Amino acid sequence: MIEVEKVITKNWGRPGSNTLDGYRSTGGYRALEKALAQAPAQVTEEVKRSNLRGRGGAGFPTGMKWGFVPKDNPKPVYLAVNADESEPGTFKDRYILENDPHLLLEGIAITCYALNCHQAYIYSRGEFKGPSATLDRAIAEAYAAGIFGKQLMGKPFALDVYQVRGAGAYICGEETALLESLEGKKGWPRLKPPFPAVVGLFGAPTVVNNVETLANVPAILDRGAAWYAGLGTEKSGGTRLICLSGSVNRPGVYECSMKTTLKELIFEPTLGGGMPPGRQVKAVIPGGSSAPVLSADELDVAMEFEALKAKNTMAGSGGVIVMDDATCLVRSLWRVARFYAEESCGQCTPCREGTPWQTRILRKIEEGRGEAGDLELLLHVASTIAPFPPIGLGNTICALGDAAALPVHSFVSKFKLEFQSHIAQRKCPFGDAPWGHFGGFA
Amino acid sequence: MAVLLFSAEQQQKFDSGLVEILSHYPADRKSAAMLPALRLLQSLKGWLPPAGLEQVAERLGTTREKAYEVATFYVMFFTRQPGKYVLDVCTNLSCSLRGAEKVLAALEQKLGLKAGSANDRFTLRETECLASCGTGPCLQVNEDHHESLTPAKLDALVATFT
Ligand SMILES: Cc1cc2nc3c(=O)[nH]c(=O)nc-3n(C[C@H](O)[C@H](O)[C@H](O)COP(=O)(O)O)c2cc1C
Ligand code: SF4
Ligand code: FES
Repeated sequence: MIEVEKVITKNWGRPGSNTLDGYRSTGGYRALEKALAQAPAQVTEEVKRSNLRGRGGAGFPTGMKWGFVPKDNPKPVYLAVNADESEPGTFKDRYILENDPHLLLEGIAITCYALNCHQAYIYSRGEFKGPSATLDRAIAEAYAAGIFGKQLMGKPFALDVYQVRGAGAYICGEETALLESLEGKKGWPRLKPPFPAVVGLFGAPTVVNNVETLANVPAILDRGAAWYAGLGTEKSGGTRLICLSGSVNRPGVYECSMKTTLKELIFEPTLGGGMPPGRQVKAVIPGGSSAPVLSADELDVAMEFEALKAKNTMAGSGGVIVMDDATCLVRSLWRVARFYAEESCGQCTPCREGTPWQTRILRKIEEGRGEAGDLELLLHVASTIAPFPPIGLGNTICALGDAAALPVHSFVSKFKLEFQSHIAQRKCPFGDAPWGHFGGFA
Repeated sequence: MAVLLFSAEQQQKFDSGLVEILSHYPADRKSAAMLPALRLLQSLKGWLPPAGLEQVAERLGTTREKAYEVATFYVMFFTRQPGKYVLDVCTNLSCSLRGAEKVLAALEQKLGLKAGSANDRFTLRETECLASCGTGPCLQVNEDHHESLTPAKLDALVATFT
């Protein structure tokens, strides 16, 4: 296993890590001072050279995104921080907000300086009552210390940072739905282009970045782009937070090298710690429930954007969900399909109509009512929403459509026998224990 | 006589809360403050009564229909009064792999209520991933988070309901 210096989690668990004093005692806000001593364009350049890529799902190069904001535009520039964290299997941004909110705030301050942005909105998911309160306390501390407000750390640069809490809608994590929600509307994604960096919030250029993405920015300014890029792979700088959940001994958030493989993640004693007694890995979702599933013989793969893309799946949001041999994959896929049907905003026909159909067909198969032709029908419905592979050909306004179809394509093609035996036996072979429960609520 | 929406004290909280909220938005974009304004209303009333939606719409310079449209889009907003305790149990994949369906069944039995239904005391719902998958199964009670549930923990929680 490759050991890597911790960038994001270095203060977690330290007493007072979520306070300004605690943050400052480990060199906090030093990077902001360094940034303010440079020209804004230089800061963006540094982030470009660091090879930082977005941690929200798509892995888009961050510096390049900042570079899309038009120069000399008459409108204000906005920063929208995506703290909506709702992709099933993902829980890293929660931990950043709870353990080190000033790391995010320093990243926001540096980013706003680089973008000449004077208003940042942090859009956090409505269910984050505790994390949001911690973040609001940190924001108040930063104002009281003169970091935000009329001046930015003593420099004549006004900056308002405001947290807006969502109210329970996965779709508002999609960047244009997020902007609609920030504009006080229901979360209906917008057609792209134009992209938010050109036409975003209130019609003005807006950069949307994930919490973890921005939490990487202070270290890049403090230690330099070359150091940061060197932590990662050729095309992807830094470390990654991996959220490990499901059937595994030590679920949790781990800061890993981009070169760490899924197998190491699951079996290393300091990471996942292996499988529960007597259980084997059957299937692993590598990047949040939208990412195509991998089978047990595909785990020798680095948890990094390019490597996972080569396996026709994605690093996504870093949510790794492990399913063991006592788990029914039809039931698992049914639950995932139900999620997308529930969360579809209803704007595009293939997604609005297709996602409930996927759910109904899967339910029928799991409940022992499956018939010949059901699997073909299921795949047909999925293809109408988004064909696969490759990823990204969806017939819909936003990528929720793709996200709903990809699990269906991948589960059915990789575990066809299990689906077929449900239909042939006219029942779920796992009986009343389809999840093979273990843990606290065994 | 029309029933007053707010007590004097609530009205004062609503007014000053709105001033604070609106200070973070461009002056010509008041209606953007819809989510924070609805959250403020719900924190005062426990739900979003029609007269409250009307007042929010008026203050934000928009229509009642717009306020309803937003209020009904998001699952955490209540346009009908929910039970005293709103229980949202995550049954998404990671939590189900650690017993979420059993948590839900246990609650249905303890509260005498099916998931997806409500009475004066309880609203019991299945919810989607709460971003706490490593510490599942988990649930929220009136937005307070409870995780790594065991049968004993669930019993203790239920015992706190009055
Ligand atoms: C349906 C859907 C849900 C999404 N949910 C989130 C989310 O909860 N958090 C997030 O950061 N990005 C989410 N994204 C990705 C965002 O659209 C966007 O790409 C990201 O916030 C950009 O930030 P980054 O470049 O820093 O990754 C979602 C995308 C889609 C299509
Ligand atoms: S793909 Fe689905 S969620 Fe996205 S805009 Fe269309 S209907 Fe809405
Ligand atoms: S699946 Fe339950 S919190 Fe994520």
